[in-house]
Amino acid sequence: MDRSWTTGHDTMANDASAEKERMRRFRDGALPYLDDLYTLARYLMRNTTDAEDMVQECYLRALRHFDSYRGPAMKPWLLAILRNVCNAEFTRRAKGEVSADYTQDELAAKETPMWQEPHTSPEKMILQQQDSTTIRRLVAELPEPFREAIVLREVNELSYKEIAEVAGVPLGTVMSRLARARAMLRSSWNAAETVAVLPGSAATIGTAP
Amino acid sequence: MNCAEIEVLVHALIDGELDAGHARKVEVHTTACSACGERLASLRALREAISSAGLKEAAPLHLRRRVEASLAVPASRIVSMRSFLKPTRRSFFGGFALGSALSAAAAMSLVLTFTHGDPELAVAGEVVAAHIRSLQAGHLMDVATNDQHTVKPWFNGRVDVAPPVIDLTAEGFTLLGGRLDYIDGEPVAVIIYQRRRHVINLFVAGGASAPTAQPVSETIQGYNVRHWSQGGLGFWAVSDLAGVELDDFVQRITRATARAVSAS
Repeated sequence: MDRSWTTGHDTMANDASAEKERMRRFRDGALPYLDDLYTLARYLMRNTTDAEDMVQECYLRALRHFDSYRGPAMKPWLLAILRNVCNAEFTRRAKGEVSADYTQDELAAKETPMWQEPHTSPEKMILQQQDSTTIRRLVAELPEPFREAIVLREVNELSYKEIAEVAGVPLGTVMSRLARARAMLRSSWNAAETVAVLPGSAATIGTAP
Repeated sequence: MNCAEIEVLVHALIDGELDAGHARKVEVHTTACSACGERLASLRALREAISSAGLKEAAPLHLRRRVEASLAVPASRIVSMRSFLKPTRRSFFGGFALGSALSAAAAMSLVLTFTHGDPELAVAGEVVAAHIRSLQAGHLMDVATNDQHTVKPWFNGRVDVAPPVIDLTAEGFTLLGGRLDYIDGEPVAVIIYQRRRHVINLFVAGGASAPTAQPVSETIQGYNVRHWSQGGLGFWAVSDLAGVELDDFVQRITRATARAVSAS
């Protein structure tokens, strides 16, 4: 197939209206963080449908405020917006404006567990599937605000300062939340490993005469 | 420094948040104090487990599309992409080769522009765009397994065709898994294979959209594409694999598919 790349007669100056340029800058800057945003939304909302809606809303809101965006970095800025969007949704629901299909979403989420199809390479999977599944579940089970802190740190790879900005808390609070989160993870992980090493031990105890 | 202080600072240490002076102090303490030393070691182990668990999720394709659509620029954009990338065709390929942060959306509109005007080519362009997107967006697989008996049922209820999932691992094409994708607005099954470091996306759609059972060859943006129909299904194989090797792959797939069909 040979198709020449026609350059056309339109000029850069004609096309690059301020609006297009603004949209292009936003897309180039913001779209690379889609996976980051989706992951945080999923851990915050604990439900794929909600997570998707929150991410969509986050992008729209970020675009509206893009003109006032002066940094620092795009990633923490977007994550902070996402967090606000999720919290606003929780507040709305707490006021009793729960949508009718919410319970159904929750049920669906239970039927299809969130953490069973990890997107890793097969070789890695075979070796680590057991551990990975456990860790994902344990992180998902952490209470807030520890879940948020650990995801911002370990998944989104933000610095303490950035986490403090996103969560709107002092640096010291970030440090203590991370310490608590890891302490909880470590003890639940130890517990999970003990169960895995001794399968059926609980049943044995239960049925012992 | 006492153990209570260290207990907090070990986190800052493993997170790379300490300056050299404090890091040194913590390290000195954790070497001398076995309790704090053990704490640091177990934190590092936990850290390792978390990072290898791959907590980061790939956004589903339909969400990516939804977001991209909501950030769409006016229609003239697709035409004007040319002037943005005016210099040469070579430099535009260079962007892909460098694996730059070029968004999947841009890749999509470029391919569509490139293949504009010919419906058959436009679909092939979409297939290539989907292939590129699968590599760029960290969204290669929805179900990652080298077991064909896991991949095949996974498609049940997701697409209205039952794609043949053939394990060619013994023949040098490793089965990686499956994915749901959209071509021409329709959901299609994608079966993913790997040859050395080259990924092959095999798109399977209902309806024999291909003109012939004999594979038609295309090269779009440096990607080899083979398109054929078999057993009432349309197939596209896309890869950066050399043409000869992709032909070999297609031959093995068609042979095995024919066997599967006659056996059932």
